[in-house]
Amino acid sequence: MSAPVVIVGAGQAGLQIAESLRQEKYDGPITLLGTEPHAPYNRPPLSKKWLLERPDIATLAIRGPEALQRRHIELQRHCTVTAIDRRAQEVHCADGRRFAYGGLAIATGAALRTLPLPGAQLQGIHCLRTIEDAQAISAALDACSAHGRPLVVIGGGFIGLEVAATARKRGVEVTVLESLSRLMSRVVAPIVSEAAARVHRSHGVQLRFDVNIAELLGTNGAVRAVRCADGSEYAAGCVVIGVGIHPEDRLARAAGLECDRGIVVDECSRTSDPLIVAAGDCCARRRADGSLLRLESVQNAVEQGKSAAAALLGQRRAFAAAPWFWSDQFDIKLQMVGLSHGYDQVVTRGDLERPAFSAFYFRAGRLIAVDSLNRIPDHMQGRKLLDHGLSPTPEQLATAGFELVSLLQP
Amino acid sequence: MTRVTCIEPDGGAVSIDIRDGWSLMQGAVSQGVQGIEAQCGGACSCATCHCYVDPAWIAKLPPPAEAESLMLTNVVAEQRPGSRLSCQIRIEPMLAGLVVAFPDRQS
Repeated sequence: MSAPVVIVGAGQAGLQIAESLRQEKYDGPITLLGTEPHAPYNRPPLSKKWLLERPDIATLAIRGPEALQRRHIELQRHCTVTAIDRRAQEVHCADGRRFAYGGLAIATGAALRTLPLPGAQLQGIHCLRTIEDAQAISAALDACSAHGRPLVVIGGGFIGLEVAATARKRGVEVTVLESLSRLMSRVVAPIVSEAAARVHRSHGVQLRFDVNIAELLGTNGAVRAVRCADGSEYAAGCVVIGVGIHPEDRLARAAGLECDRGIVVDECSRTSDPLIVAAGDCCARRRADGSLLRLESVQNAVEQGKSAAAALLGQRRAFAAAPWFWSDQFDIKLQMVGLSHGYDQVVTRGDLERPAFSAFYFRAGRLIAVDSLNRIPDHMQGRKLLDHGLSPTPEQLATAGFELVSLLQP
Repeated sequence: MTRVTCIEPDGGAVSIDIRDGWSLMQGAVSQGVQGIEAQCGGACSCATCHCYVDPAWIAKLPPPAEAESLMLTNVVAEQRPGSRLSCQIRIEPMLAGLVVAFPDRQS
């Protein structure tokens, strides 16, 4: 590959591409272009530990500026790329600058899904993606706590539930409104949703299912309630909307790269242009069976980032590991590995009431995913089993004395 | 600030100053020490910040909590007596001079 390398997007994936290039001994120029005012930082704590303890935002940084300088990774903050000119091999920025590339990586992440609701412009309505979003939510929770006002969370997915749990710990009343019939329904089995719902309710979170939001009601420009389609109203000192994200693939689409709800890449993070790779939330990965897989996770950003760097250097490094995810809500450590879509059997092990159990998902008798609540060894062993293409039988798992680890021993 | 020494996977030693109260992982990652992934950012959920505490220091650290111990049984690199997750080691002045090594694989 010819230098220089330009990376659009300075999040987890963009940083990984830059660092992997250095680890693979690429010594040409690397420019990392990010729209945010910060050096690359960890987003997962924004809804969890950071929102609870609110340490200095410096603790969120993945790398300090000196570490980037030492590796000769040039970070440009406040730099919004507006176009990719593939013929001239350069990217154009909003401030008029242009950066020429020999190899280009796109790691533009995702944008928040919004709800086009009446009242959406009111003050006190928040989404969560950036440090600034988290700071605004944190300040709103302080105000709610001080004035005895409740938080309404729209969306019973990971972000919404993590914020709900944190808000309760900070002494705020919380109602979660979910349009479907259970929590985290896109990802976990009903039995996991039910266990999570019990834990949230036991900590005083009000959960409402099968509700559609009609309107956000305000007083003097600030939100005061959420009104549902069935006429019910929930008082709100602030509202956090967590209804998912969509891949930020506009630049790639405008440049004519193949996109399909995400920049289409192969298992080595290559796009339809041999000079351009992409990694992270902005991608849709074409699998061997032709289907597209879009993952929103740190692991995906890191592993696709490694693949993308290798691809820029003309090497193949397929991302083949089983996908894993985690969420912390109250005293639940929820760890997930594999993709449970299309399962035809679920076997649980452990104590559903505590809760400390795992749900093992099977399709046609083979293990495809494991969701663990406070069952760390099941998760870690599940990762190894899926990575090695090993599967217990449902009957083995249903046997009390059976140890998963026995399948992993040489 | 407390100074600790990190041995990177290639054997090179780097001495770094870490703010007291930060985790060893945060300090090492933010300063670009090689051999740590820390994919979960310090939530004790991924086991990709595995390190080997120098034998002389093992007993001087508060022992791992249950969650960390369980994660450690399944790290990718070999588990040894000094194995810890660096995100669970909180830096304090009495750890001045701590020596830890990072394995060549985390995931």
